[in-house]
Amino acid sequence: MEDNKPWALISEVGDQGYIEEVTDILEQHFHIICHKDFLQNSLVHGPKIQAILMWNTLPAAKPSLLSLLPSLKVVASGGAGIDHLDVPYIASLGVKVTNTPGVVSDATADIAMGLLLASARRIVEGHLIAVDPNITCLPLKLMGVEVTGSTLGIIGMGHIGYKIAQRGKGFDMKILYHNRNRRSFEDEQAVGASYRENMDDLLKESDFVMMAVNLTPETTDLISHRELSLMKPTATLVNISRGLVVDQDALVKALKSGGICAAALDVTHPEPLPRDHPLLCLPNVLITPHVGTNTIATTRKMVLKMVDNAVAVLNGQVIPNEVKPN
Amino acid sequence: GFTLVNNPSCYTWTDSSHQVMEEDKRWALISEVGGDTGYLEELADVLKRHFHLICLREFLQNPALHGPKVQVLFIWKFLPEAEPSLLRSLPALLLVASGGVGVDHLDVPFINGLGVKVANTPGVVSDSTADHAMALLLASARKILDGEFKGHTTHLPQRLMGVEVTRATLGIVGMGDIGYKIAQRSKGFEMKILYHNRTRRTGAAERATGAEFCRRLDDLLKRSDFVVIAVKLTADTTGLIGRRELSLMKPTATLVNVSRGLVVDQDALVEALRSGRIGAAALDVTHPEPLPRDHPLLGLPNVLITPHMGISTNATATAIVEKMLENGLAAVKGLPVPDEVKLQ
Repeated sequence: MEDNKPWALISEVGDQGYIEEVTDILEQHFHIICHKDFLQNSLVHGPKIQAILMWNTLPAAKPSLLSLLPSLKVVASGGAGIDHLDVPYIASLGVKVTNTPGVVSDATADIAMGLLLASARRIVEGHLIAVDPNITCLPLKLMGVEVTGSTLGIIGMGHIGYKIAQRGKGFDMKILYHNRNRRSFEDEQAVGASYRENMDDLLKESDFVMMAVNLTPETTDLISHRELSLMKPTATLVNISRGLVVDQDALVKALKSGGICAAALDVTHPEPLPRDHPLLCLPNVLITPHVGTNTIATTRKMVLKMVDNAVAVLNGQVIPNEVKPN
Repeated sequence: GFTLVNNPSCYTWTDSSHQVMEEDKRWALISEVGGDTGYLEELADVLKRHFHLICLREFLQNPALHGPKVQVLFIWKFLPEAEPSLLRSLPALLLVASGGVGVDHLDVPFINGLGVKVANTPGVVSDSTADHAMALLLASARKILDGEFKGHTTHLPQRLMGVEVTRATLGIVGMGDIGYKIAQRSKGFEMKILYHNRTRRTGAAERATGAEFCRRLDDLLKRSDFVVIAVKLTADTTGLIGRRELSLMKPTATLVNVSRGLVVDQDALVEALRSGRIGAAALDVTHPEPLPRDHPLLGLPNVLITPHMGISTNATATAIVEKMLENGLAAVKGLPVPDEVKLQ
């Protein structure tokens, strides 16, 4: 059984790669070689590799790598996003592409609400004051904004957006949404969501604007100067999709000028931002380093799904989550 | 215009353009406007609509002169302290109107014994406090604080792993207004909800939130991933969560406290966190507030503390002050005080 396991290329274990707690899943089905070791003798290792198990966009599926992998059958990516993959190009080599939708949704919706609440209720600032050796009193002006009963505008009502709506409902939030396609009446009723065909209307009415779209050419810079100017000056922008969905320069300008009140971002472009980026100096900005799926439970689910997809391709079975070139 | 008296940071306000209204206005004593613990201007303005306000510093300059005028003592962020010496200098006092729902800082029997009523502001604090409890829970679970720092540091972070919130087990200790609203919010995260309360809630309330009653606190503690404390502080709940209770909790569990610091044995909490007997703590309340700057809780990596901000939104603060005003007005008009705190 050992000897029959196919070979898979990964980035690394540790640092930006896989956590230790998932290596058992990888090794159950594959002989694993990490990128650094692969590069030491790519001519020997290359022909063995049938799968790239891609994590945090690494190893990048560039021509320089793929040309060394003549036996490659599948690029199996962990996560739902595929904006980092040139799917048509990879498909043209006769290689399948897979992702892991669905399993990321709960954890991502949780972080979306976590960011919304942490921003609204000034949790980080509060903590820093509470533990500061030089401060003994709460500054009078450290007031947050009310979440209960406020208006949550969700842009992108897919799997993740809908779960955010479910969570917002528990706070008696008024929920608006904008999506390419309108959801069913039952779906809307279940979370009390109102459709806004015109995204401008959602931007004007919302206290919290939540970005939950895929990154595509259509959604790149979806939120720019004009959209930010439509938002309430008391509104907060929350982004858990991709950095490029928001025009960052426009965002900095809107925050500095008081065009909007605050921003909470799990994603930026690039990740991480350069250390002198203006977003890092603004007081009303909360940034987390793309931790949307960072729980061991969700990470394991993603790796299981990624491996299942890769194994299905290699065994010629039905592929659960194939990403087809359009 | 206004009259400036002695200390420029404290004014007695008289608005000469509303002469008729002014004569009807009674006098109330407050801590201060501005400063570290006083009212925001906008909030003081709410009270000034119907009361002449005198702040404590000015009052203390001549209690014999000012005392007999004062009919209402408005308490904000626990100040002024309703101590016997202060109360005895207010012979005309009808009401101690406290902002917030907790009255553990007031000796209600003693105050009543002076012929003075006590009022709090229940209800209006509940949404905001429940929101804050969820904010603490999520920020702790998903390491938003650590993530924030790392977002700003110069090296790429180690994989920052948090704990799952969706479908985790939430144990609510104290299922009053606030506890119930916490249950409503956590339902949206498909959390399994357990609760412990002196009295069981109705079947309807349990079904609406999917909450399961735990007659024994111990059962709730053993089963929960997140334990949220939402009780009142009373003699019975002081030290409710001590060494034994913490040892029953899962080593991966998080304690969230939005009630009062004294409900939790802080020394036992420090020990439990250091030894890994529980996973993390997120506290909006401590004892004292603030903690001494060298307190061990401030140095622990898995502890999130906010400086009693459970009601710190403009909307809720305004609603609290409006209710304080309502109670004060009722008292001076000889009407029943809507939120009078009556002893069992």
